[in-house]
Amino acid sequence: MFVTLKPSVFDPQGQTILDALSSLGYESVRDVRQGKFFELDVVADSAQEAMTISTEIADKLLANTVIEGYRVEVDPKRGEGD
Amino acid sequence: MSINQAVIETHGLTSAEYRRLLDILGREPTITELGIFSVMWSEHCSYKSSRLHLRRLPTEGPRVVQGPGENAGAVDIGDGLIAVFKIESHNHPSFIEPYQGAATGIGGIIRDIFTMGARPIALLNSLRFGELGDSRTGATTRRVVDGVVDGIAGYGNSIGIPTVGGEVAFESSYSGNPLVNVFCLGVAHAERLAKGLASGEGNPVYYVGAKTGRDGIHGATMASAEFDEHSGDNRPAVQVGDPFMEKLLLEACLEVMQTDALVGIQDMGAAGLTCSTCEMGARGNSGIEIDVSLVPQREAGMTPYEIMLSESQERMLLVAKKGREAEVEQIFAKWDLHAVRIGRVTGDGVLRVREGGKVMAEIPNRELADGAPLYSRPIKRPEGLDDLRRLDLAKLSPPVNLTEAWLTLLAAPVIASKRWVYRQYDHMVRTNTVIRPGCGASVVRVKGTDSALALSVDGNGRYCYLDPREGGRLAVAEAARNVACAGALPIGATNCLNFGNPERPETMWQFSEAVDGIAEACRTLEIPITGGNVSLYNETDGQSIYPTPVLGVVGLIKDATRALAGVFPEEGLEIVLLGDPSGALDGSEYLKTAHGSVQGCPAPVDLDRERALQSLLVEAASNRLLRSAHDCAEGGFAVALAECCIEGEGGGASVELPSTVGPHDGFGLVRLLFGEAPTRVLVSVPATERPRLLEMADAVSLPALVVGKTGGERIRIAVDGDVVADVRLEEAGNSWVTGFTRHFESVPWEQ
Amino acid sequence: MKFAIIEFPGSNCDHDAYHAVRHVLGQQADFIWHKDTDLRGADTVVLPGGFSYGDYLRTGAIASFSPVMDKVREFAAAGGPVIGICNGFQILLEAGLLDGALLRNRRLKFLCQDVHVRVEATDTPFTASAELGQVLKLPIAHREGNYHVVPERLADLEANRQVIFRYCDSAGLTSDSVNPNGSVGSIAGICNLRRNVVGLMPHPERACESLLGSDDGRVVFESAVAALVA
Repeated sequence: MFVTLKPSVFDPQGQTILDALSSLGYESVRDVRQGKFFELDVVADSAQEAMTISTEIADKLLANTVIEGYRVEVDPKRGEGD
Repeated sequence: MSINQAVIETHGLTSAEYRRLLDILGREPTITELGIFSVMWSEHCSYKSSRLHLRRLPTEGPRVVQGPGENAGAVDIGDGLIAVFKIESHNHPSFIEPYQGAATGIGGIIRDIFTMGARPIALLNSLRFGELGDSRTGATTRRVVDGVVDGIAGYGNSIGIPTVGGEVAFESSYSGNPLVNVFCLGVAHAERLAKGLASGEGNPVYYVGAKTGRDGIHGATMASAEFDEHSGDNRPAVQVGDPFMEKLLLEACLEVMQTDALVGIQDMGAAGLTCSTCEMGARGNSGIEIDVSLVPQREAGMTPYEIMLSESQERMLLVAKKGREAEVEQIFAKWDLHAVRIGRVTGDGVLRVREGGKVMAEIPNRELADGAPLYSRPIKRPEGLDDLRRLDLAKLSPPVNLTEAWLTLLAAPVIASKRWVYRQYDHMVRTNTVIRPGCGASVVRVKGTDSALALSVDGNGRYCYLDPREGGRLAVAEAARNVACAGALPIGATNCLNFGNPERPETMWQFSEAVDGIAEACRTLEIPITGGNVSLYNETDGQSIYPTPVLGVVGLIKDATRALAGVFPEEGLEIVLLGDPSGALDGSEYLKTAHGSVQGCPAPVDLDRERALQSLLVEAASNRLLRSAHDCAEGGFAVALAECCIEGEGGGASVELPSTVGPHDGFGLVRLLFGEAPTRVLVSVPATERPRLLEMADAVSLPALVVGKTGGERIRIAVDGDVVADVRLEEAGNSWVTGFTRHFESVPWEQ
Repeated sequence: MKFAIIEFPGSNCDHDAYHAVRHVLGQQADFIWHKDTDLRGADTVVLPGGFSYGDYLRTGAIASFSPVMDKVREFAAAGGPVIGICNGFQILLEAGLLDGALLRNRRLKFLCQDVHVRVEATDTPFTASAELGQVLKLPIAHREGNYHVVPERLADLEANRQVIFRYCDSAGLTSDSVNPNGSVGSIAGICNLRRNVVGLMPHPERACESLLGSDDGRVVFESAVAALVA
């Protein structure tokens, strides 16, 4: 799960990192947005169900939807055989 | 686009206000102009409902260097220095997004202080939330508390200004509308006081700081939908603070002010570029012309309307002297900031906004800044107030076990230790903090001098709800008393007036009464109000908050080594209660905690006696008579005594009180232990100094009762020889320390 | 005796360190801006606390790339005494001048309070005037102060006596309950192998005057002065 600030919300961390990169000579980097990455190990009957649960979790806790958006990716194979 | 009735209404202008606008312009406004007027004439910027009342506050005094009207007030503290301070609210944003709401509140108040040329040296805050333990709203409230505290810490700690104290209170009336009031103190050289004005035709106008985004633009969605394509999602109501940027701005601006290349400076707070340009112009009797296409922008395709109304944080507007541009630009460049010239000062008194060659707005500055209509809104005493003010103890039964009632009170979140809160704040950075947060006023020394400043923010919404006039008087008296307890002479105050909807006559009655109460107390105690903030419309679903004026008082201690702590420093000291031994249960924390009742007439303050008490404290402290002084506030004598023991180094205490004459209702001992009344202070004094202290009290007819001694492992209260409450120090400490913290042990990690 | 106090954008204990060495100890002190590449003949380098670059990305990470850090590396390589306090410690770790990393405090919150630390070694330029086992009352103020190092490296640090300060109680006893942030081995401060570079989380510069509650921190700076004279 990737949680990032919504595009219109100012990201001071990203801006500061961008400035640091530019002072290190990486002039080609045009923008930096810093976010968070969560790995959830979810036991579910289907990828769809895992997606539903994760989305709910993102909405409820992991993302502050007032300022943050999120994207969920489900990898059904991970955790198989445990 | 055409300006029709609907567009005008969505901008919050009444038809009378719109007619006034037409008179000023002599023509129909452009949409940019309409937006500019709507924010400048909003309640927030224009104080249109409150200003007529605020005129009754005393704002002058021999030490006042700057009264209301500038970014912050200032008082003389000797040594060629001035103390610059102000309190401000950030209530609504803190409920929508607690972390950023509180953080940007801190950012805003800090900018108000350094804009005046002062180095900010201390922050305080006054916070009010719903009940932590409420089964319905408690979970949300705890989350809001956690976020607000985290936001204050996140911003204040990062920028390196210590948060040295404050207050946190809980009442259900704040559950849908918490109060986040933030106070900042700075120190400046008297001759370096900077002002927010623009003058000198042709002088360059600079923009410096963060880029402008579509943050906090209030233009209603309908109006905006008609003139641009951006959806509501593109206009976040939440602004994100960047303390790092502000730290750079702070250092760079103070460095620029060391030169004399600066004419005026103002931060872009509420109403952003609009407010700063027109207020600076109006104060300097000048015009300002800017080109919005030169304004650094964070997002593509921003309209002049959006640029003028954006409330993006960490931005400053400066007017420099012509010919000194390179000097100014160089200082900002050192701090990795880019000062952008966006316009110039003109002589025509007009705010002119261009986009490239095209004029988008042209408004006379003075009419825009000062011409908002002032309202004398209807006033009505609320019905049912008399019932509310009648306290009938006959219906209640007194506690069987006073010790248990005592422990329950110590664990009440309003009273319990706020250690969980203030340990999250860096309260020591800048190495000035002489008295740390925890008990009463905080004290910061002023480097380069012998002196120190004591600070306290206080309010009591419950008292004001029951009696707004008395509540106003009590708030001033308490904040000043706390400062005096630290051994400081109160020299100035700032107020944050948090009220409900001013369109309700009952709210305006509360407001008017509270202002009169504050004014009266400030006059008698000779503490001028040098500025502040009014926050109206604090209500949710028609439910108004308690009327809550919060007072921030600054006091001066000439010799920092004589600052007094609020707690017993050692064993074997005598404990003296200055003031009346007994208090009232009306509106008390005991009544609420034990009986769930908020009723009665709060004990009134005798302002002349209050003044005598405060003078005595200051004099006794400066003569090193006292070892500690602690105000008896919520929870009365017994709670004050416990706090002095728990937070101190003097062990427990054993005291004896005489029973007092009162109604035979079974609550006599309760009044004695937990009753609340102003003008009561618990002090500790070496036995050798006791006679002098009693003499001083006698000379001003102030009751002074030697009640006992510090030491031992228990806190014991006897009345007429019988022990009525007795607890191990450790047990009392446990109740007091965990009373608040226990609500937060399960708070999930912050986002 | 001349101290160089390095200032990064976002440093905020720079003036506190300056005040302590200049006004309390009466030594010379210079602020060195992070873009400078000259330490101006300093005898001792101080990396003060604060939030360099807003603590964005990782604490101390961006500052460790500042131009002045090359000079600090050279200075340290030549045996010059360097002390990093709080954020300065974090920068020294990011710059590879000291071993390990600082994680978020175990209870996740920023913590500002007095703690006690025990002096574990006196053969560094910043503890030479202290007694071995001496307990100092010093303030902490951080959110990322939970010292972490892999077990093998921890064993090395201990074997080489590179742990300089440990959290303890007022009697000098270490225990989990007086470890404020969860640091492995109750570690509050360490040094490099050569013992001239020291980093610690507590703030000795905030504890140099009894008016502020403790002057136990003076010994850290007095040691540096004495070390030079010796």
